[in-house]
Amino acid sequence: MTELYNLDHLTELEAESIFVIREVAAQFDRPAILFSGGKDSIVVTHIAKKAFAPARIPMPLVHIDTGHNFLETIAFRDNLIQDMGVNLIVGSVQDTINQGKVQEETGNNASRNKLQTTTLIDTIEENRFDACVGGARRDEEKSRAKERFFSHRDDFSQWDPKNQRPELWNLFNGMHAPGEHFRVFPLNNWTELDVWNYILKEKIELPSLYFSHERECIRREGQILAMSEFLNLREGEKPEMIRIRFRTLGDLTITGAFESEADTLEKIIEEVAATRITERGGRMDDKRSSSAMEDRKKDGYF
Amino acid sequence: MSETTTNGLLRFTTAGSVDDGKSTLIGRLLYDSKSIFEDQLEAIKEASTQKGINGPDLSLLTDGLRAEREQGITIDVAYRYFATPRRKFIIADTPGHIQYTRNMVTGASTADLAIILIDARHGLLEQTNRHSFIASLLGLRHLVVCVNKMDLVDFDEARYREIVQEYKSFSSRLDITDITFIPISALLGDNVVDKSKNMSWYGGSTLLHHLENVHVGSDRNLQDCRFPIQYVVRPQTDEHRDFRGYAGRIASGVFKPGDKILALPSGKESTIKEITLGDEKLEKAFPPLSVTMTIEDDIDISRGDMLVRMNNQPDVVTLLDAKICWLGEKPLNTSSRFILRHLTNEVPAKVTEILYCIDINTLHRNEENTMVSTNDIARIKIKTASPVLTDSYRKNRTTGAFILVDPSTHLTVAAGVVG
Repeated sequence: MTELYNLDHLTELEAESIFVIREVAAQFDRPAILFSGGKDSIVVTHIAKKAFAPARIPMPLVHIDTGHNFLETIAFRDNLIQDMGVNLIVGSVQDTINQGKVQEETGNNASRNKLQTTTLIDTIEENRFDACVGGARRDEEKSRAKERFFSHRDDFSQWDPKNQRPELWNLFNGMHAPGEHFRVFPLNNWTELDVWNYILKEKIELPSLYFSHERECIRREGQILAMSEFLNLREGEKPEMIRIRFRTLGDLTITGAFESEADTLEKIIEEVAATRITERGGRMDDKRSSSAMEDRKKDGYF
Repeated sequence: MSETTTNGLLRFTTAGSVDDGKSTLIGRLLYDSKSIFEDQLEAIKEASTQKGINGPDLSLLTDGLRAEREQGITIDVAYRYFATPRRKFIIADTPGHIQYTRNMVTGASTADLAIILIDARHGLLEQTNRHSFIASLLGLRHLVVCVNKMDLVDFDEARYREIVQEYKSFSSRLDITDITFIPISALLGDNVVDKSKNMSWYGGSTLLHHLENVHVGSDRNLQDCRFPIQYVVRPQTDEHRDFRGYAGRIASGVFKPGDKILALPSGKESTIKEITLGDEKLEKAFPPLSVTMTIEDDIDISRGDMLVRMNNQPDVVTLLDAKICWLGEKPLNTSSRFILRHLTNEVPAKVTEILYCIDINTLHRNEENTMVSTNDIARIKIKTASPVLTDSYRKNRTTGAFILVDPSTHLTVAAGVVG
């Protein structure tokens, strides 16, 4: 008899995430989903769709556009928006630069990753968002292991990790003063492997970049970076065709690719299960220092 | 790795200081289940060398924030994940010092099981009692008492038996029935993942084997039907012009289409028409599923209301007897107003009486002490501005739990259990 009431762990994680997203819609006046085009934000959007079916998702998607995008990501985003009938709000890093609010980094490791934070905060302020739902997970990185589901941000979008509200049971306290907001992470308890298994189980469509393909790349400091007009070549670096796939999708200039033959979800899951390097291990932005993520998060990063 | 695990999800909590070998134990579970990645291990080795420690210091894995790494202490709850082909595990790793009681309470609030670590050389300490009591207060049904550092007492069975006896005489005062004892050495790995070769006198299972197989499914309350309404779905499109769906997570009980239900607090009756999850129609819904229900009649139901069965209803009260753990920085002030958040409801509330504080080391009630400071556990009475729909926490961990929020600072200042 009790056997009939057993749930596999993906169903249980999904139920928790649906609850969190519905709580956002119920507790906040102007919520939004931060959509990067990566698999985690695609999964969040999929879960939001299930949470409010047969109605549309009652909050817009927000994309912070670094201008350094994979074309595939943008095409995928536009299709998804049309299919789901939700609003899209784009915050442009290029606009932030043009307004003179930030200075573009220069040099070989130049990236717009850090500049995104200013654009994100501006977009939140302009639209008066009081909750931003993101796809981050606690297993990604050590400072994220202590993230709440409802994570408070002050008037300056700052995170105070030492002074977080205790979060008990599933009672999420979203009270805040005007100007403050929350970052909400429905996938907190998921691991990378859970996300992939869920994508397979739910037959969720992904950008082709996640699957093995031939691409013009360069090798730098043990990493493979996709060639693009935004990448400044160093001396001795030569583009070559490599069969690769991406494990995460961020800004073009910092997302490391790796050699892989995995061209189906099943093969990717097998590969992820066997891989001995964490997902963010391929991202140049985390490598700047061992507290790189914590520091960026305090400033208001995703 | 299979697509899904056979035994579902197990959430457990561990408390204790670095000295107990808690971090080593977690490190051992993660490492032996191959959940530590190469780059994490490299980073830890590098940091350990910098600090002049031989070999990787596995406690660095669980200390995530910069302040903690600098001071070498754990000041918050960290969540860890690992999986075996049988089960996925979520560890709420909390510090065990008295000033971190609130972290232990937070970690235990969502856990099915608690691991209590006892140093075989020292036996029961205040911290052991504290953690056991909190597990009991938060309604955990399963405890695993690991007598650790057996290697430092020559794997002596008599010493182990002595500690087990000592613990049993203490735990008879607790409200936990399933207690399992395991002698281990987290450092050497004895009885953690692999069976110890040094303790042939121990015939029980290893820690991991126990965690993989402990049955928590029957902890879920499948008897008392409680469906707190979280959100009302109204598409207002041509296709679904008159659709009104009640969305929420099943708190307890089993709901099926065709069931007669009662909406509280209105007391109106109706019948469940359909239960859906996304596009999928469900034949039944039970905890912890998040679903959407439609009903046959057009009655007014909104967030904070609850669907139940006629013959089995929660208490509808404005006066609550409760135990709380005070989380606020300043002591509880009975003249303050609070917001009580319970299920999907929030109501103004005030604390009308502080009955006693509980000394969590001795479990003694102190009726003289009615000053409730940070980390204190107290029994209080609360009055709410409008009725709340509760059950006793012992019977129902979802409908019996609440938090108090300070409306002036918006901070969560207390965690409470009804009854």
